[in-house]
Amino acid sequence: MPSLWFDIAHLFAGGVLVLSLVLLYQDRVTAAINVFALQAITLALSVGWQAFIQSEPLLLVTALLALTVKGFVIPTALHRIVRRLDIHREVEQVIGGGATMLAGLALVALSILLLQPVGGGGDVVSHEDIAFALGVVLLGLLMMITRHNAVTQVIGFMSLENGLILAATGARGMPLVVEISVAFSVLIAFIVFGVFVFRIRERFDTVDVTVLERFRGERRDQA
Amino acid sequence: MINALALQFFQITLIVAIAPLVVGITRKVRARLLRRRGPPLQQVYYDLWKLMHKEAVLAHNASWVYRSAPYLVFAATWVAAGLVPTYATGLLFSWSADLIAIVALLGTARFALALAGMDVGTAFGGIGSSREMMIASLAEPAMLLIAFTVALIAGTTQLSAIATVFITAETGLRVSLGLALLGLIVVGIAENARIPIDNPATHLELTMVHEAMVLEYSGRHLAMIEAAAAVKLVLYFSLIACLFFPFGIATGDKTVATLAIGVGSYLFKMAVFAVLLPIAETSVAKMRVFRYPAFLGGAFAAAALAVFLRFVSRGF
Repeated sequence: MPSLWFDIAHLFAGGVLVLSLVLLYQDRVTAAINVFALQAITLALSVGWQAFIQSEPLLLVTALLALTVKGFVIPTALHRIVRRLDIHREVEQVIGGGATMLAGLALVALSILLLQPVGGGGDVVSHEDIAFALGVVLLGLLMMITRHNAVTQVIGFMSLENGLILAATGARGMPLVVEISVAFSVLIAFIVFGVFVFRIRERFDTVDVTVLERFRGERRDQA
Repeated sequence: MINALALQFFQITLIVAIAPLVVGITRKVRARLLRRRGPPLQQVYYDLWKLMHKEAVLAHNASWVYRSAPYLVFAATWVAAGLVPTYATGLLFSWSADLIAIVALLGTARFALALAGMDVGTAFGGIGSSREMMIASLAEPAMLLIAFTVALIAGTTQLSAIATVFITAETGLRVSLGLALLGLIVVGIAENARIPIDNPATHLELTMVHEAMVLEYSGRHLAMIEAAAAVKLVLYFSLIACLFFPFGIATGDKTVATLAIGVGSYLFKMAVFAVLLPIAETSVAKMRVFRYPAFLGGAFAAAALAVFLRFVSRGF
């Protein structure tokens, strides 16, 4: 494989991981949505490039799905939800911004260390892609557990799913049926989340999930 | 030997000669962007000349630290600037110190300035020194990680060798390098007291950092400090140029033609950076002091990620 091909694959896959960390760094809901859209577009580019390298036209469908659904449809819907909830100006209190970033870096290091001994026989791009994808998945999980706001938790979940797609495409493509069903289930999950967020707001006048914990009696601090 | 010495001497003089001009360009562009006419490009030279000939006023309780600090700051910055490859690699002195030594030299300069800020015992000097140290404690780890990133890719911390590797060998598109560039720009902004970290033109007590430290200085002392600040700006520009945009730089044997191309491209790069900096500065607002850790922490995170990504693609 020409080295430029590998370089571009590396650039896109690395870009997805970098954007995951950027996502972790955002404390405004609208900014987080924009970064998420950018990540999805970068992912689509990465998958599209893989389709070109591996000459698997089915991967192009995956790329198109990622581009349209996650790059445009979901971000637009999220923007609309945030506007309807009237939280688009809110600055979210991230639990220990610096500590979260350090934890994120540690997770990236962990995923790279885990994949280091696995290498060897496989081809380099897929090896690197899986390391990056594991990092993206872990960062998505970290985002979900460090945020109070239900909307940003949803974004964390979606970015986690980006990582899954990255892993699957690196490993010689996954069957299109699986890909379409995953994309579909994410869309369903998104709709459920959307309804759920509005239900939370109806009941508690906020989308801050700490209120839920207090309601269940798990936390008894300030009312 | 004489030739090598002359080339090195030319680099040292070149940096000091163009430093006020670079600052003049940034001020001019900034003024034009704010729809003001701005001072002429050579104004900084006039200012330095004027300050050199004015009386240096000292506080009664100023000690030798206060009096020697400006010269120490200028000397350390100048030596560091002489070690960065500007128009040619492999100059005579470039083998005596590497990137980490340059960071250390700049740290020494900052240490001397912070001591001087506290020496007279005014409130402004103290607050300036404490903020400067806070910024430094955040920026220096990021700077060292950036040094590690480029050193890992090039296999050496020697700036001349790094520039040679980047200009000749196939390093390709690397996410690590992009992240390192981003980190270096943020660190450079913080170290040179530019917006959004610090405003070099302000004398408002709430926002001063660098200006607060040097508030008591006058005459030739102030001239030294201003010149050191200008040289430091050129040093960071040169660092970015030689690490990430090393085209045109004279490697290998130094004929008149390659040297001319080297000098020409170096001056061109400096002018471009001097125009880009005020454009970036006018598009953002000054940051609150408590936001610095988040801003510089971003640089640190970028640099750390650059090192990690370098490890994952090592040996491929």
